[in-house]
Amino acid sequence: MDLIAHLPALQVVIPMLSAPLMVLLQPRGLAWAGATVVALVSFAMAATLAIGVLNGLTPQYFMGGWPAPFGIALSVDAFSAVLLLIVTGASAGALLAAKPSVDQQVEEERQPLFYAAWMLAMAGLIGIVVAADAFNIFVFMEISSLASYILIAGGPDRRALPAVFKYLTMGTIGATFYLIGVGLIYMMTGTLNIEDMQNRIGDVTDINPILVAAGFITIGLALKAAVFPLHVWVPNAYTHAPHMVTVFLAACATKVSLYVLIKFDYLVFQSRLVDHDMQFALFLMPMAILGILIASAVAMFEGHLKRLLASSSIAQIGYILLCASFISTLGLSASVVHLFNHALAKGGLFLAVACLAYHYRDLRLDQLGGASTKMPWTCATVVICGLSLIGIPGTAGFISKWLLISASLQIGPWGWFLVAIILLSSLMAVAYVWRIIEALYFKAPVEGVGPQSEAPIQLLAVTMLVAALNLYFGFFPQVPLELATEAAGMLLEGAQ
Amino acid sequence: MIFVFAIFLLSLLVITSIAIVRTTNLFVAVMLTSIFSFLMAANFFILDAADVALTEAAVGAGVTTVIFLCALALTGEREKPRINGRKTARVAVAILASLMIYATFDKPRLGDPDAPVHQHIAPWYIEKTTEHMDFPNVVTAILSSFRGYDTLGEVFVVFAACIGVLFILGVPPPAQKRLNKVVEQNKGLRHHLIPQVVGRLVIPFIVLFGLYTQFHGEYGPGGGFQAGAIIATGIILYALLEGENKALQAVPRSVLLGMVIGGALLFGSVGVICMFMGGNFLEYSVLSADPIWGQQLGILVIEAGVGMAVCGALLSIFHAFAARENVS
Repeated sequence: MDLIAHLPALQVVIPMLSAPLMVLLQPRGLAWAGATVVALVSFAMAATLAIGVLNGLTPQYFMGGWPAPFGIALSVDAFSAVLLLIVTGASAGALLAAKPSVDQQVEEERQPLFYAAWMLAMAGLIGIVVAADAFNIFVFMEISSLASYILIAGGPDRRALPAVFKYLTMGTIGATFYLIGVGLIYMMTGTLNIEDMQNRIGDVTDINPILVAAGFITIGLALKAAVFPLHVWVPNAYTHAPHMVTVFLAACATKVSLYVLIKFDYLVFQSRLVDHDMQFALFLMPMAILGILIASAVAMFEGHLKRLLASSSIAQIGYILLCASFISTLGLSASVVHLFNHALAKGGLFLAVACLAYHYRDLRLDQLGGASTKMPWTCATVVICGLSLIGIPGTAGFISKWLLISASLQIGPWGWFLVAIILLSSLMAVAYVWRIIEALYFKAPVEGVGPQSEAPIQLLAVTMLVAALNLYFGFFPQVPLELATEAAGMLLEGAQ
Repeated sequence: MIFVFAIFLLSLLVITSIAIVRTTNLFVAVMLTSIFSFLMAANFFILDAADVALTEAAVGAGVTTVIFLCALALTGEREKPRINGRKTARVAVAILASLMIYATFDKPRLGDPDAPVHQHIAPWYIEKTTEHMDFPNVVTAILSSFRGYDTLGEVFVVFAACIGVLFILGVPPPAQKRLNKVVEQNKGLRHHLIPQVVGRLVIPFIVLFGLYTQFHGEYGPGGGFQAGAIIATGIILYALLEGENKALQAVPRSVLLGMVIGGALLFGSVGVICMFMGGNFLEYSVLSADPIWGQQLGILVIEAGVGMAVCGALLSIFHAFAARENVS
């Protein structure tokens, strides 16, 4: 059998089938090792697919050998290649580092189930990304959501349970809205395959069901993507989840929903609905701007480290959406590049949080005073990833901020207003990142708390690797840029 | 005739759902959701969707109700009074409902042969089922072969739910509670004569019917999903009548977990074997020299996997709740 041709399917099937096996790996540490190997293999497959896409391939796969609108097709294009790299990379990175932190937070006998849920979450997210079928996306959305509820509730923090219940309610509403939308489109076009939908939706004469479907799908996915003001589930879910789960989910979970949102709006609705581009921009741009400003402001006054970073994530989702709402090549490339760079920066920051949490039970900023003397390497990675989050030249974050500003300037007189907002929110980011640095470096340590040593080497090494990647992609951004430009071209072509 | 039935059932559905929203007694609400599911199953049935009706009746009205009741036994029967938020929720639901009704104005007439749904891919399915599988139930063909990948996904949804419940309820409850209460054996309804006698009579038939749905899915309505749920209901009934421990003696926890894992892996490995034999993932035609027999064999095996996984998962979830009840 030709492995390369099967890659799109194997990418989903290997982590998915490994989940039941994880439950069987009862002896100490074995489940972790198995999960890490699977995640690394997935990452290797994603990298192979991305290289293929860069060489001009767009792999397609027909499940069960049935042709496209009848069976379920998988497809990998430049946009999904970026997302695949983010999901598998975040999972592999987090798992490589996970052992010390998870051993501390999850009882040993429950760990096999924990890693099984992790594999399911990863398989679900990958399944959404490679699916070319609207209903199949829903199925894998269910797998990934259920598994992430399990993961978030997995820690010793009992406050995670109400948080996860809120997330579950919101997530279920979001998924149901998406399903209602898909049902309405199916009613009018008779197909579930996205490409086929794109072709057939033009022939629909009664447009009202399609309009309502567009509304339901956009709002449902915005709920799952934590777009302001539908983000209320994020801060608590991220804060009380086990630290390694936060690393994984913060780096990729909301982004996958955002990916489906952008893909659906561009490929299916944009070209067929009159003025949909205007409505899309008018609807999403204000939400994005408000999200950026308000979430950044909340982050500036937040006292808890994880909650602060969660608020900042909501603001970053705003950036990604703002770029996408320009409907231009530059805007979309900025959007895709920022998906990638934000995963790097936020993943690194949450990894550093996991390092700190290994020694600090309480992660409020005023408890973390003087951490830099005992944990210099961890604090250095916080600084580097923080700079990348702000968008200082030389870090990955700068590339996306630069693209974002160039894209805003393209859209005419309003562009200056947007640039002003972007600069203002960057200043706010400086303020909240500074508060973290101030606490770590310049505050006096609190009596009785504080580490005696650095975080375990396994955790620290991965954290430093991610920090280094933030710098690397700041100087050599060619690969993500090339993929992003190609993705933007593909989306705009679909929107014509 | 269908029209009259539909009006009757749908207005009952509306009345039931309003009653669910209005009641503050959770026990009543659970019973009403069970009735809701039965009405829904009847609705599916008069729309000729017998497969869905079976699932809805077994899972929605049967197993879910029992699990809800187990959860109520752990928490409490009455809803906590809440004043704020209800009005906003009602307004939001009203707006959404009117939007959806608005969307259906342009909907093709019910059963219209010219509707896009019946024109585009449905004829292909009907034609190819006979050609490739040579059995009459098109629904089974779509679920297990044409869109078998979705079904595999659903099996993993069930698997995820199962490990989720085991993972979260697997936390030992706070120690002081356990000390205060003597662990008492759950005796079920062993001292109630009428349920006992009726139950003993009914259980074998429920399980037999489950097996029939499992292996007759290609010809009549049914398949692994329904079969798994029906068999699980039978065993849950046994557990309710004879006490949970008796049921666990008959089918221990490890066997249940093994069924979930085994079922999911069985389905997945059929797909992988298809890959090794030169086809795509889940392309059953390559399993045998005769592609029609290959398809039938593949469908038979994956349906068995689905049945095992669903039955094991539902029972594991039930026992996880029931065990919690005995301890705390």
